[in-house]
Order: sequence, then structure tokens, then C-alpha cells
Amino acid sequence: MPEYEPVVGMECHAELLTESKMFCGCRNTFGGEPNTRCCPVCLGLPGSLPVMNKTAVEHVMRTALALNCRINPHAKFDRKNYFYPDLPKGYQISEYDVPIGVQGWLDIEVNGETKRIHIRRVHLEEDTGKLFHMAGEEESHVDYNRSGVPLMEIVTDFPPDIHSPDESRAYLMKLRAILTTIGVCDGKMEEGSLRCEPNVSIRIKGTEEFNTKTEIKNLNSFRAVQRGIEYEVERQSALLERGEKIIQETRGWSEAKQQTFSQRAKEVEQEYRYFPEPDLVPLHITEEWIEAVRATLPELPDVRARRFREEYGLPAYDAAFLTDTRALADYFEEAAQQSGDAKAVSNWIMGDLARLLNAGAKEIGDSPISAKDLAAMVKLIVEGTISGKIAKTLIEEMYTTGSEPAVIVEEKGWKTIKDSGAVQAIVDKVFADNPEIVVAIKEKGQTQKRGFLVGQVMKAAQGKADPQEVNRLIDAKLNE
Amino acid sequence: MGTLTDWTAHEALERMGRGEVTSRELTQAALERIASVDSEVKAFLTVTPEEALAQADTIDARRKRGEPVGLLAGIPLALKDNLCTTGVKTTAGSQILHNFVPPYDATVVRKLREAGAVLIGKTNLDEFAMGSSTENSGFFTSRNPWDLTRVPGGSSGGSAAAVAAREVPLALGSDTGGSIRQPASLCGVIGLKPTYGRVSRYGLIAYASSLDQIGPFSRDVTDCALLLNAISGHDPLDSTSVDLPVPDFTAACIPDVKGLRLGVPKEYFGAGVTAEVAEAVWGAIDYLMELGATVEECSLPTTEYGLAAYYILAPAECSSNLARFDGVKYGLRTKELAGHIGLTEKTRDEGFGAEVKQRIMIGTYALSAGYYDAYYKRAQQVRTLIRLDFERAFETFDALLTPTSPVPAFKIGEKSDPLEMKLADVCTLPVNMAGLPGISIPCGFANGLPVGLQLIGKAFDEATLFRIASAYEQATDWHQRCPALSV
Amino acid sequence: MALSREEVRKVALLARLELTDDEIDEQAKHINDLLKTFETLQQLDVTGIEPTSHSIPIVNVLREDRTLPSLPREAVLANAPEARDGCFIVPRIVEG
Repeated sequence: MPEYEPVVGMECHAELLTESKMFCGCRNTFGGEPNTRCCPVCLGLPGSLPVMNKTAVEHVMRTALALNCRINPHAKFDRKNYFYPDLPKGYQISEYDVPIGVQGWLDIEVNGETKRIHIRRVHLEEDTGKLFHMAGEEESHVDYNRSGVPLMEIVTDFPPDIHSPDESRAYLMKLRAILTTIGVCDGKMEEGSLRCEPNVSIRIKGTEEFNTKTEIKNLNSFRAVQRGIEYEVERQSALLERGEKIIQETRGWSEAKQQTFSQRAKEVEQEYRYFPEPDLVPLHITEEWIEAVRATLPELPDVRARRFREEYGLPAYDAAFLTDTRALADYFEEAAQQSGDAKAVSNWIMGDLARLLNAGAKEIGDSPISAKDLAAMVKLIVEGTISGKIAKTLIEEMYTTGSEPAVIVEEKGWKTIKDSGAVQAIVDKVFADNPEIVVAIKEKGQTQKRGFLVGQVMKAAQGKADPQEVNRLIDAKLNE
Repeated sequence: MGTLTDWTAHEALERMGRGEVTSRELTQAALERIASVDSEVKAFLTVTPEEALAQADTIDARRKRGEPVGLLAGIPLALKDNLCTTGVKTTAGSQILHNFVPPYDATVVRKLREAGAVLIGKTNLDEFAMGSSTENSGFFTSRNPWDLTRVPGGSSGGSAAAVAAREVPLALGSDTGGSIRQPASLCGVIGLKPTYGRVSRYGLIAYASSLDQIGPFSRDVTDCALLLNAISGHDPLDSTSVDLPVPDFTAACIPDVKGLRLGVPKEYFGAGVTAEVAEAVWGAIDYLMELGATVEECSLPTTEYGLAAYYILAPAECSSNLARFDGVKYGLRTKELAGHIGLTEKTRDEGFGAEVKQRIMIGTYALSAGYYDAYYKRAQQVRTLIRLDFERAFETFDALLTPTSPVPAFKIGEKSDPLEMKLADVCTLPVNMAGLPGISIPCGFANGLPVGLQLIGKAFDEATLFRIASAYEQATDWHQRCPALSV
Repeated sequence: MALSREEVRKVALLARLELTDDEIDEQAKHINDLLKTFETLQQLDVTGIEPTSHSIPIVNVLREDRTLPSLPREAVLANAPEARDGCFIVPRIVEG
């Protein structure tokens, strides 16, 4: 069997963070009762006209700059004409041949290697309404709340740079990190505010030609994107091995079955009849405007990660993890600066805190433990006031109660025992209670049983003994 | 001047100001006139008597209390039925919107309400403003008050007829290729298409977005200026409305053409223009010369390509604008069983008339892959050439004079060939293509049927058009002629 | 450049118009008549001529990102041919 190489193009849509919709003043937010955020414009009533949202335009400019694109000085809008019940006007206002941003890139890290993924275009358009069906009914419901929400489309360049599901996932994660950092999108795939439709084909490794591709829809998480591409590559490989053809089509992902299934044969180039939107006037994007927007950009994830590595001495993995969202990076930095031990803070965030947040399906912004309190906790460890072992329980308590660490430690009496006499007493008692073990170590050379003694002392001290002190005292006593 | 319905709006305003007449009386008179003649004229699709009288009473009460009232306070006025009016059925002359009641007002309607106008009803039009006679209306054909066997013109035929028949002193229409000016000419009234962007299109059911404009019908020039004052101005809801100050157009009604240079483009007097129309138009042109204007022939060489270019561009835009009529959100839905695609196909087949379908088809074709450059793009380039022709002419001239329509009102059913019907707009559509202002003023009769003179102005220079029209009106009496309707 | 019946059918499908056979023939005739008139445009030399898509040379009409009241739901659904559960109802869309 020849070795096949996946060839993946990523088409992503991001709902933009604005107060109002793209062309009207209806509120841009998630959820709510159907058809309660509609007006003549987003409903496509006869006679209605669109007026462009300035912030939406600037969000796309921000994204284009963050993705190293060239910005077209004369961008314009076009009508993409097709019929579908969720498209109220029978056309979508989009950008066709002169989009706001072109020819950009972002870098991903996979298996320790950095790879540049080129981006063909970044453009602005409006979202459609939503269709849904109740089980067993012969009809569909249409909700136009989402109709007219500002949507940004980002498409990777051709020929594709992405050649594995891992790279696809890394691209998507980096893209999300950038979009959330610059504040244009909240990146919630489960809520549909970031959507991804990969185009997947395979070819024999080493060849130049491209084969038939399929498009995958309904991927609602990073994991689904990765799995979906993996599945599709396997499916296409199997087809080719059997000598069968791959049909160019749209395939839906079933999360339940972990498979793609055929949705409809992708019509030969849907006939969209693009023409310039007569109800909108063109954009004239000046250098001044671009610079004004550029000035609003915060530190981008890659730059911040590099700074974390240099300033805080963090390894690359930590730096990448912590710069995944701006909120997380801000949290880390605040805690690191206040605690005096950046690496420890990083460990706690990536370890216990991440675990607790994931279990509660919370984002860092909703963390019951503030950066200040996490810093305080780490400081207590650094100062030796509490042990690392106790801290593992302390952090759970902080998460549940939201109280300050010092307060909890005081209440629970979790301070490390500083009184050497008290620790010595515990060591003596443990030695006295386990004479056979002591003999085994001292006389039979079974030094591995030393750990048992340490464990017993720590247990008796309820975790509040300083491990170094315990070791010193035990060694001292063994050498008596 | 006999009855209330003979008064112009500005006359009526003066009399109301002096307490000689109330708005209720005016409105009542209009309603009575409509009741008496509209079964013959068929200008109206919807009349709203209770609402109108209530509006009239409100204005009368304000006047009585000495409170300030708007520019058109108490004047009965008709609206073409492609202008959205809250709570009042708005059909665009189409079965596909036979039951559509907008939840919002077009901006011009809001402005008219603020100006205190009394909205009497909605007038008939060719379906979705596509046509030159109202024979394409999904409901019925309106009649020309001067000869009830003939068309009033279109697409704003109902509004033109309503004003000519003295049902109302003022009406609004829309003009994409001549749909205000041509019916004005056929009905012997004044009709003006403002410069593109002068009046907001928000709430006008779109036909061809880059060509559509809303404009006034009236019987005299001052009334036309008054109504234009009321509806003009930048609208934040319409991205294509210009942010320019609106001059007082009534102040521009100075009846003096001395020193003005007027051009007569020879291409507008081609084969299609009948001898009687040419005679009446030349008579008016000669008269303007006598009044002191300099008149010279000029040439707009791309004129002959205007029709073809228009019938690519307008249908292309309309094919997209009318895609929203799919049976899902409003309007007609087929009763036949179908999946969601069939639902839309059947609804549109049932709801649209033949002319609309044809324009959707040709527009869809012109935009489709492989044909865009040959048709749509080329038509847009021709549009540039037409614009440049006018720009060149306006380096020398202050305004241009042409016939409005090559023929007077034709008989209902006479122009059965759609292509022949389209020739009605050869003199008017280039003005839309260039986005310029144009007005049609009555200038005589051809075998008892009105003939209109078209004045074309520079962009945003409606003032010069009012000036010329005032001078001509003052020296003639066409505007005082009245069709002999049996009352 | 005249259109065949098949091509006219394709256009009708794109435009979502269900035309009878007679209507297709009618439409074909009218479209082809118009197409003939369009041929005159091919004679013109348009090299270097920019297409006009807007009558007025304005750019950058943008509005501030502020919310405005939406329509009450009753108004949104008031003209719906069929509505239920606060939604517009259409025949079931089947993917595939």
C-alpha cells in the first residue's frame, strides 16, 4: 500500500464580538427566544437596506494585521445569490474578489517543529439564520436571531500547507488563540462562534497532483476536527485502495458515530452570480486607518509566548499552553509577578487549576481562584509556610470556597510544623512503632524501605511536616 | 378655481393657514372625489379613509391651538404601493405580496407624517415597478384620466392618474427607468426624479437598487418643490443617500431663464418620436428661447446603447432583489404540497406576473458564470460612457431638453410585445443610468393627449430644473387644464 | 447567442421559477429577443472604461456599533405564511 499524504484546506468562520449585527442595530448575542432579535433589515423585509457596522470592519482589519495579511485599500462588498430558508434576502452580503485581507500566514508548532501556514484571504460577511427540526416532524423551524450577525471568513492558501490532522488541529488552536487574544471572537466552537470546515483530499506522498476533495461540516470541537480529518483520510485511502473513486461532496460529521456521512453531492460550482452590492458603498481603507487599528492590537500569542520563555524562563510547552487565550496569559502573568515563582505558578495552572476548571466546564475568566490568590498560595509554599502536599488540598478548598489561602490555612491549621521537637517526636514514634523495618534498613541494607518510614511520618504529621526536615531527621536517626 | 380638489397644495396650505378651510374638509373632498371617479380611473389599490380623517383632525386641532405644523400639514397625498406604510397593506402591485402589511414606515413616509401630510391611500403600479403602463399590475390596469381607454403610463401610473384626475393634489412615485416622468408626461402632470441619493430609498420595495429613486407628482411646480423639500435629505438607514444639505426648492422656483444655456441632444428626437410629440416639444423649446434662454443642439452619442444596457443592469439587480420572495417569511405561499425547494418555485410561479418573471430570468442569465463579463460588466461600462456623455454636455449647458416619452398615451392592450413596450423609456432611462435629476412638465397636447417636456439637470441641481419649469409654467396654462371626467 | 430550451430551464431553476413547458417557450422567445438587442453593446469599444456600480462617488458609510430596539416577535411573525413555537415553519429540509 503506497503511503498517502493528507492535503487539508481550512475554511473557518468566526462570529465577531460586536454589540450589534453587521447591517442593523439588533443585538449580537448568543441564545435567547427565537426571532426576538430581528428587524426589517436582518429579516430581509421588502424595502430594507443594510448599513455597515464600523467595529465589525475594524475587527476584520485587526485579524488581517494579526495574520500578517496585506490590507486591500479598496475593499468592497458583493452579493452571493442562492436560495435557502435560513437566508432571508435570498442572497448573502459578502466579499468576493476584493476582500479586506489577503496573503497572510500564521506559524504552528507540531512535534517541536515550527511550520508556516499561509492564509489566502480574510473577509467580512453576514451570518444566516438557523434551521432546526423537532424529531419526527415533517417540517423545519426557522429562527432569524443569528441572521445578520457579523461573520469573518478565513481561508488557507492553495496549494495547502497542512498535511496532517495534527497540523490541522494546531492551526485551529493557534487561530483561536490569536482571535481571542485580539478580542474579535470568543472562539467557542460548541456555541458555533468559531466554525471550521476542512477540505480534505489525499495523494501519494511525493506526488504533486491533487485528488478529489471532500468538505466536512458539523465539527464542533478541536477534537472533532482532528478526528474528522483522520476518519476522512482513512476512508479515502480505503476507497482508493479498492480502486473506487472519491466523490466530490459535502460530508457531515457524526459525533455519536465518530464517522463522516454523505450530505449532498457538492454541485459543480454552486452558481452564486456574484455582483457588487449596490446598497453599500465601497471601503476606502487608508494607511492612517490601518495604523490606528494596528495600535489597538495587544501582544500577539507568539510574541507573548516568546517573552514568557525569555522573561520567566518557561519551557516552550508551558509558554504555548499559557498563551492560548489572552485571559489565561493575563492570569498567568499577574500570578507569576506576584508570587515570585513563575514556573510553580505555571505548573499549578496547567495542572490542578486546569483540572478543576475543566471539571466545572469553566473558563479561566470564571475561575473562583483569582490570580492574586493563586500567587499568594504559591508564595506560601515558597516561604515554607505550607508544604506542596498540603497545597494540593488547599487549592481544592480555595476553588470551592473562593476564600484567600492564608485564611484557609489559618482556619484549618495547615501550616507546616516548624517545631523540630514536634517532628522529632513523630519520627521517634514511627521508629518505635516499626522496629522490624528499622532493623531491615540498618542491618539488612534494605534501604528501599526508608520510603515507608518517610510516608508514615508524613501521615502522622498530616502532611504538615517539611519533607526536607523529615528526611534529615530520619537519616540522622538511621545513622545513630 | 372651483372646488377644493382643484386647489394646488400650496393654495390649500395658505387657505388652511387663514382658517378658510380645514384639513378634514380637504380630506373629505378628496375622498369624495375618489369615490366618484376612481371606479373609472382605477388609480388606487387601497384607500384608508378612517386613518386619513383621523390624521386630518389631528392637524386641524394643532392649527386651532396655534401649535406649529409641518410643511404639508393637512394636505391629502397618495403613495405608490411600493412604499412601505406601517399597518397598511403594501403590495408592490404584485400577488406575491397581496397580503403583506409592513411593520415599518419607509423613511419618506415617516417624513411625510412628520410634515403633517394626510396619507389617503396606496396607488396602483406595474408589478414591482416593472413596466410603462400599469398593465403589468397583478391587480388591474389603471386608466388615463384624459382618455379612459388609454394607459396612464407606468410604472407609477396610479399616482400620476390620481393627481391628473384631481383625486389628490400630490403623490409619490418611484423612478428606475422613467417610471415617474413617463406617466407624468402621459397624464399631463409634473413628475420629478431627483438626483440619485437625494431621497432615501429605505422602505422603497427595491427593483434596481442603483437606479431607483422616489419622487413627487404634482400639478404645478411650486407643489413639486414643496413635496421634494419634505422628502429629501440624508438618511442613516440608506448607505446610498448623500450627506448634502437640502436647499429650499421652493426658493428655486424663480421664473427666469435669461442667460441659461439649454442643450437639445439630437439623439432624443429619433425615429420613435411621433410628429405630434416632436411638435409640442419643439414648441416648448422655442418658447423657452423666447423667454430668454439660449438653446443649442448637442450630442450624446451613447444614447442608443442605453436601452440595451438598462435591460441588462436593471433585471440583473432585480433578479437578486426579488429573491427574498420565497414563501417563507411573508407574502404568498403556494397551497400546493411541496418540499422546501418546490415551495419556493411554486410560490414564485403563482405570485409573479409574466413581465417580472422575464426580467428575473434575463437578469439571472446575465449574472451567471461565463456571461458576467459579456453582459453585466459591459453594461456597467456602457453606463460609464453614458455618464461621461452627460458630463461633457454639462460643461457647456445648464440643463438639457428632450421629449419625456416618444409617444403620447397608447391604448390599453396596444403594446402587446414586451420589447415594444420597453421603447417607451428610451428618453428617460439614460438619466437613471447617470444618476441625474430629471423632471417632466406638461408642454401641450397631441390629438387631445398630453405631451411632456423632459428637463435633465446636473447632479444635485434640481434648483435649475425648478427655475426653468417655473418660467415655462408661468407663461403657459397647460398645468391648469383638467381632464373631462364624467363626475 | 440564442438560448435553448434546456438552458432556459437551467436559468429557471437558478431563479426558482417553476415554469410550464409553454412558459419556457414564451420566456425563451422573450429572452432571445432581448439578447439580440444586447448584441449592439458588443460593438462599443470599452477598453479602459471602468464599470460603474454606484451612481455617486461615496465611500466608507459606516455606523457606530450600537444596539437599537428589535421588532417585537409578534411583528416579526405577523406576515408569516406559517408560524409556530415562535418560529417560521417550512417543509422539512432533508440533507442528502
